[in-house]
Amino acid sequence: MLLRQVASASRLSRSLTASTSTASSQRFASSLVFLEHKGGKLNDSSLSAVTAAQAIDSNASGIVIGSKKDVDGVLEQAKKISGLKTIYTASHDSFDHTLAETVAPFLAKFLPSKSITHLFAAHTAVGKNVFPRTAGILDTSMIADIIAVESDGNTFTRPIYAGNAILKLKCNDEIKVVTVRTTAFDKAKLEGSASVEEVQPQTEEAATKFVSEELTVSSRPDLSSAPRVVSGGRALKSKETFDEVMDPLADALGAAVGASRAAVDAGYADNSLQVGQTGKVVAPELYVAVGISGAIQHLAGMKESKMIVAINKDPDAPIFQVADAGLVADLFTAVPELVQKLPKANA
Amino acid sequence: MRPTLPSLIHILVPVKRSIDYAVKIRVASDQKGVDTSVKHSMNPFDEIAVEEAIKLRERSKELVESITAVSIGPAKSVDTIRTALAMGADTGIHITTPENVTVEPVSVAHALKAVVEKNKYDLIIMGKQAIDDDSGSTGGMLAGMLGWSQASFASKLEVESSGAVKVTREIDGGLEKLETKLPVIVTTDLRLNEPRFATLPNIMKAKKKKIESFKPEDLGLDFKPRMETISVSEPPVRQGGQKVESVDELISRMKSAGVV
Repeated sequence: MLLRQVASASRLSRSLTASTSTASSQRFASSLVFLEHKGGKLNDSSLSAVTAAQAIDSNASGIVIGSKKDVDGVLEQAKKISGLKTIYTASHDSFDHTLAETVAPFLAKFLPSKSITHLFAAHTAVGKNVFPRTAGILDTSMIADIIAVESDGNTFTRPIYAGNAILKLKCNDEIKVVTVRTTAFDKAKLEGSASVEEVQPQTEEAATKFVSEELTVSSRPDLSSAPRVVSGGRALKSKETFDEVMDPLADALGAAVGASRAAVDAGYADNSLQVGQTGKVVAPELYVAVGISGAIQHLAGMKESKMIVAINKDPDAPIFQVADAGLVADLFTAVPELVQKLPKANA
Repeated sequence: MRPTLPSLIHILVPVKRSIDYAVKIRVASDQKGVDTSVKHSMNPFDEIAVEEAIKLRERSKELVESITAVSIGPAKSVDTIRTALAMGADTGIHITTPENVTVEPVSVAHALKAVVEKNKYDLIIMGKQAIDDDSGSTGGMLAGMLGWSQASFASKLEVESSGAVKVTREIDGGLEKLETKLPVIVTTDLRLNEPRFATLPNIMKAKKKKIESFKPEDLGLDFKPRMETISVSEPPVRQGGQKVESVDELISRMKSAGVV
């Protein structure tokens, strides 16, 4: 509670000095964007969070938190993000692998110290893990997976019920922790020159230790940001046939490979490739659904795609209701034919 | 945190009554919510949480002392607690709220914190998200409020009698393994297990199990909302539904849309 009082007092003095130059609707907003990174590289999805932050604060800042070995390289990229005035940075070994137990308490102290009213991050596995804890420590609301924010900084739009309803809400908490659906906001450009300000890492002892990770290695584009996605479902029958059918199609289109929950549960594809309510949300230029019936939970993850193509044997499959071009055919003959006839330019 | 690690652990499993996952929801005509006069069931991720608690006890009987299911919601949430009891939980706690009142994740986290402060628990297993509000924030918030360790989106969980906890988490791009200690909050991914069905004898037995009921004020709780619903609307309708006759026609459609 004390933290919140301090925060509001310093914000009040800030607003008095700023009120002459800033639009009244925006004078309270001060946004910070959490810049996610992995392996010393900035995660593209954070660039969508920057765009959301700018909608309420043209002087938004960013923050890079991590181990010393990662932070320096990430800062070089972060400085170039257009629209961020200051990049704060704090490095400590305990921040490695972005453990919620160390990063969240740090953020919860940092936000009030800089009178930050809005913390923005991408709605990724990291955002979903770290930011609820941050909100919990601050005893404030978390507004997850937004698809729009209004300039007042209090009004947000987010999908509920697997995207089958759209909720517009007003949040009255002083500090708002917000994650952003990356497919709903353009990515900020990399042509800026922000200043860098180092912050002392305040760390807490955590019982949780990182042990190891197993990442799915792929030469294909990243599923979340790929302009084209080809997804396979249960009808692919086995892992072998999934790869035999989907890989050439993905190669021909330069596409990322996705999968339905049924295909993942059956072991045809890796869990990290699942598209849907509980997996990834994608909105590529082209989404090709192969042997996917189109359950509510799958549509939640792909129905914002610009063009949806469906290939399915069952003419009554729900996927055909959302497909811009649907072909009723056996995928084991239709997909190879499609691969063969696609323009070679895409190879 | 307790200084000594327990040899027998007490598990708390929060469960939510939500609209059944297979129901095609309809937005209410006043645009303030959705039509809730439809089939409800336990949030699917919470079923996985209940199953995991029971599995832990089945794997090592000497490890788990008790499994308590807790729900915050209107009178009908008792059904959801009974389902958890029929699956194998020992006792239930129901924090009652008036009909048609939405309790926000931050308030649910406060309520669960109050339950944890009232009784002794070492492990909380809960769903990674509710399929109605899709917020996915309650587990992490509670972990932050309690200062407990957290393991989100778990696809594998091992708890040792020493209090050591090994978790495999689903992350973007693959899996991550963590080691931590009790007390810990684990949130469940779909891949953690296959929930069992409650058998008729177990459903009958569950009717005799004890459910404690509390009003929010009994626990010093205030569910005053911090967010206002401005509107709930239908998503834009997609103009789909067009079929083609051949692969050639499919390609020409893709070409004219400029995607190949």
